[in-house]
Parts: sequence; structure tokens; C-alpha cells
Amino acid sequence: MERRLSGLAASTGLAFGPAVAFRVVGEVRRETGSVASERQALADAVAASLQAVTALAASLHGEAADIVGFQVALLEDDALTEGAYAAIERGVPADAAWRQALAEEIAGYEASDDPYFRARAADLADIRDRVLRQLFGLPELTNAPPGAVILAQDLPPSAFLGIDWSQGGGIVLGAGSPTSHVAMLARGRGVPMVVGIGSDWEAVSGTVVVDGMAGLVLTGPLRASIEEARRRADELGHVRSKAETRKREPALTRDGTRIAVMVNVAGMADVAGFPAEACDGIGLTRTEFLVEQALQDEARQFEAYAALLHWAAGRPVTIRTLDAGGDKPIAGYTIDGETNPFLGLRGIRLSLRHPEIFRVQLRALARAASLGPLKVMLPMVTAARELELTRGLLDSVLAELAAEGVPHAAPALGIMVEIPAAAMAVASFDAAFFSIGSNDLTQYATAAARDGSAVAAYADVLHPGVLAMITHVARHGAELGREVSLCGDAGGDPRAIAALLRAGVRAVSVSPGLLAMAKEAIREVDLSQPGADA
Amino acid sequence: MQEVTASALLTNKIGLHARPSVKLTQTAKRFGSRIEVATSAAGPWTDAKSPVKIMRVKAAKGDVLHFKASGEDASAALAALVDIVARKFDEE
Repeated sequence: MERRLSGLAASTGLAFGPAVAFRVVGEVRRETGSVASERQALADAVAASLQAVTALAASLHGEAADIVGFQVALLEDDALTEGAYAAIERGVPADAAWRQALAEEIAGYEASDDPYFRARAADLADIRDRVLRQLFGLPELTNAPPGAVILAQDLPPSAFLGIDWSQGGGIVLGAGSPTSHVAMLARGRGVPMVVGIGSDWEAVSGTVVVDGMAGLVLTGPLRASIEEARRRADELGHVRSKAETRKREPALTRDGTRIAVMVNVAGMADVAGFPAEACDGIGLTRTEFLVEQALQDEARQFEAYAALLHWAAGRPVTIRTLDAGGDKPIAGYTIDGETNPFLGLRGIRLSLRHPEIFRVQLRALARAASLGPLKVMLPMVTAARELELTRGLLDSVLAELAAEGVPHAAPALGIMVEIPAAAMAVASFDAAFFSIGSNDLTQYATAAARDGSAVAAYADVLHPGVLAMITHVARHGAELGREVSLCGDAGGDPRAIAALLRAGVRAVSVSPGLLAMAKEAIREVDLSQPGADA
Repeated sequence: MQEVTASALLTNKIGLHARPSVKLTQTAKRFGSRIEVATSAAGPWTDAKSPVKIMRVKAAKGDVLHFKASGEDASAALAALVDIVARKFDEE
């Protein structure tokens, strides 16, 4: 019988395919056999996990390949399992023995003073769960049939990366939010996704239709519904392929207004194979992952920024300074246990508290600025004072580099507008450019958490109150002749683009996977006809 | 069989973290000799071919890595290990 489950649209598109449930291992227990059979069960589970991660490592490159490669090395090593086998000899069942052995290993990392070692606890937990899944006979997502619809309460980004999406497929989550990391990955790869359908996903089997535009999931679909989904998916496929063929052309609205379309990246891996000519530069570089690995390492940061400038070949590259805190903690740097981290010490607030670490990033940025048009963007700015304090730090870093005879240049210094008070007081900031962070601006303006599925529908960038702030910022930029761009998810959302352009936004920055469709959506807008497309 | 020893200063910023540990064990595994590593000349000694055990050492920047090896290719093994530590595991 056909059933319609409604949730929130998290990634556009249509998918239909066989349901594959992904359950967390939690407190599942297996039936215990003899010592010999328990020993064999663990050996088989480790071997199967090793095979899976080895295959995954071979399919990845860059940082992701290193992370998975490390897991391969650990699983290959008998030292990881010897404690578990010893427990099995004493009569402990394989799953309990394995959990116990890994718990000790993980505790060893968690107790470390060094944030790099502490962060490895997550890799060990991932290995633990992979082997447990094998022991319990739970399906590995890497074995999901091509085009499958993955159903889960929530999905770790690593699980998403392990799935082959080349044959289509979709995602349905019981919890989750359209702004989660896995939703960003899904949008970037064009995987349809619906989140927040509640516990109903647990009972789903057979063929599932995922409508990532309407936020709907159909289970037990009628033949007619599948035909309809197929027709619409084909249509969408045509629009997509047409968009891809025009990807390198500039984005002009119907009335001929040129809109700059830039890309959001976290590093070179995000633009591997992406032609720089297709975009107007990099509108946002997230440095959290890079800087977490190289907090005090100026050379390594410089290399990463230089690589992006080299790739952009003369197009502007905007790099956001460390935006840690909130949902992006860095052990030993951000504050643990803030009661409300999204309203806490994050972004520029934290950078100004740690000037010795901030100066490392500013030095790397100033050095990279000598190689091409580099723009430095400060996140979570509330007050003009923060911009001026940063300018002071930047000036002293520039003087230092000059005294050392190190090649450098002064980058353009701009701010992200993501706090409502800053948006309304935009005229008080002497910034070279403004970039609207629509995700946080919307979250703060609507008082609706980005990651709370129960309230995610409130966090709507098209709320007239949010659009009024965007209009205010865009007008200010136009009056002063300073660029206003928008680098949040709304910039790549075809449903929001017309409203943003009407609000005065003339530059957007989107994930590389969304660029072609964003340009197509821009081409549909006619700014000479007020409101016709809204 | 003669036991050979060598030592090298760990200067890469992140110590014997994931990637360096894997590189170190991969290098050690190319040799037939028994190879051990410690952060003190007095031990405790750790099997240099086990990434799990190497990670447990949690050696940080500024630590001196002491190596000892015994076997046919012990000298060549230690030369390769000292070299990779000196090259900062090709990380920087």
C-alpha cells in the first residue's frame, strides 16, 4: 500500500530504488557460541571490514584517502585484536571482547594531552562499529545495491563517502537537518535527500521514492507513482545536463544582469577536476579542517592557500579565517561545555582570544596575498571593533613580514554578515567587502536551530524578515560600491535564487556541484519584471 | 646477531600521529630485521612494524626516537628509518 511520509527537503532531485536500512550498532548483542566459533566470528568480521576499508581507500584521494588509509593500517595490525582474542579465550563473546578491547584503545587516545591524538578516538570508534556491523550481520553501506535509497536515523559523513552514488540513489533520515554536513555532501553530489521523517523509516522496505523537492517519501509506491517519479527524474536530468553544457558560460539574468557565481571550498580536493573558468573565483574557503591540522603551522597553511590561488589563476580567492566553535569544535582551542555554543565564543571572537594562533593564520594569508588576488573574510563579526582589532593584527603581521624580507601583500579585509545586529548595522563596518552567511543569519534571525529537525522549517531564508536584512546589506554595498556576495546554502538553492537577486544580491558562492544548476536558475530570472518569478 | 642502534629527533609538528605512524611502520616492514622503537634509550621498546603499538607511544614533536634492530638488513633498516624521520615523513 502506498504511504506518504513527509519530512524536510534537504537535497533536491528525485530518486527511486530499493530501501537499505542503516542502523547504528548501539546495544545489539549476538548469540554466543563456543570459544572456537567466537574466535572465527571475530576473525571473519575483521577480515570483511579490512576488505571494505581497503576498497574504500583505493577509491578516495587526498585527506579522505589518508583517513581511511590509517584505518586500513590499524585493521591489518594484529596488535589491535590481540586483547579481544585473549578475552574470547576466557569465554567472553566476540562482540563484548571486541567492544572492550577497543574501549581501552579509545580511552588511551581520549586521555592524551595532544589534540591530534585525541582526535584519533573517532577513527577507532569508526573501526569498532564497522567490525561490529560485520559481527551482527548488519549490511555495510558500501555493499548497498546501485541506486539504493539509504534510510537511517542519521548518517555519518564517512558512511556517505563510502557509497557509490554514480548510479543514483537517495537518502531518507529520521532525524537530521537540511544544514547538516551530510546534507551539504548530498547537495554537492546531487543526491536527493529528505530528512526529519521521524521513526517511520524503521519499517520501510521495498521500493522507495524520494522527492527531494517536496520533502516527501513514498513507500510501497503504486506503479503510477513510480512512472511519475521516473518522468520527473528524466525531466530533471535533462535540465541538469543542459545546465552542465552551459556551466562555463557566464550567468546572465533574462534582462542581461551579470551575476558572479563563485565556489565554496575547504581545500583543493573540492575543486579536483573542476574547471576554474566555470566560476568567478572562490567565494568562501572554510579553513577549519586545515587549521585544525596545522594550528601553529604557517608553512602548511601558506601552501594550502597558495594552491588555491594557483588553481584560481587570477580569479579572486576569498579565505575565511578560522571559524571554530559552535558546531565546529577544535579540541584544546574551543571551549568545552558552553551552555549555548551557537551563541558562544566562536569565529572571530575566538580568534581574537588566541592572537598567537590567529597571527599564524594572518601571516600565512599575507604571504599568500603576494601570489594573487586574495581576500580575507572574518566570520561571526558582531561589532566594528572586531574588524579594527583584526586590521591592527594584520598590519603588525605585514610590518613583521616586511622586516623579515618575506614576500607578502595586504589582502582585502572583509566580513561575513551572519549576525542580525551586524546586518542591520552594516554601515558601521569599514569592510572591503561583505559576504552574507545565509545559514547562520537565518538561524539567528528566526531563532530556529540549524540542526534541529523539529524547528528546521522555521529557519527559512525566504522569511520576509531575513530577506529584509539581506536587502539592507545589498543596498549598503551598492551605495558604497563594495561587493556584497552570499556564500550560504541559499545561494545554490534554485528556489531561493530569484528572491536573493531581487533583494539586490549580485554575487553568490555555491558548492562546486551546484554551480551549473545555480547558473541555470539565475538565467530564469527577469529583474526587469518585478516579482514575476517570485 | 649484532644489534644496531640509531636515534633521530622528531621535528614534524604533529609528532607520531596517524600518517607518520603509518609511514614509519610501512618503512620498517620493508625490512626482514626485527626493529623496535622507544622514546627513551632505556625503553620501553615497541615493535616498529605495528601501527597500533606505535600510535600508543604518542611520541610528540621534540621527542628523540631511539631505534634498535637485529637481522640481516638491520643497518639499512635503521638508515631508512632515520632518514624518514629527518624528512619529517614528507609532511612539511
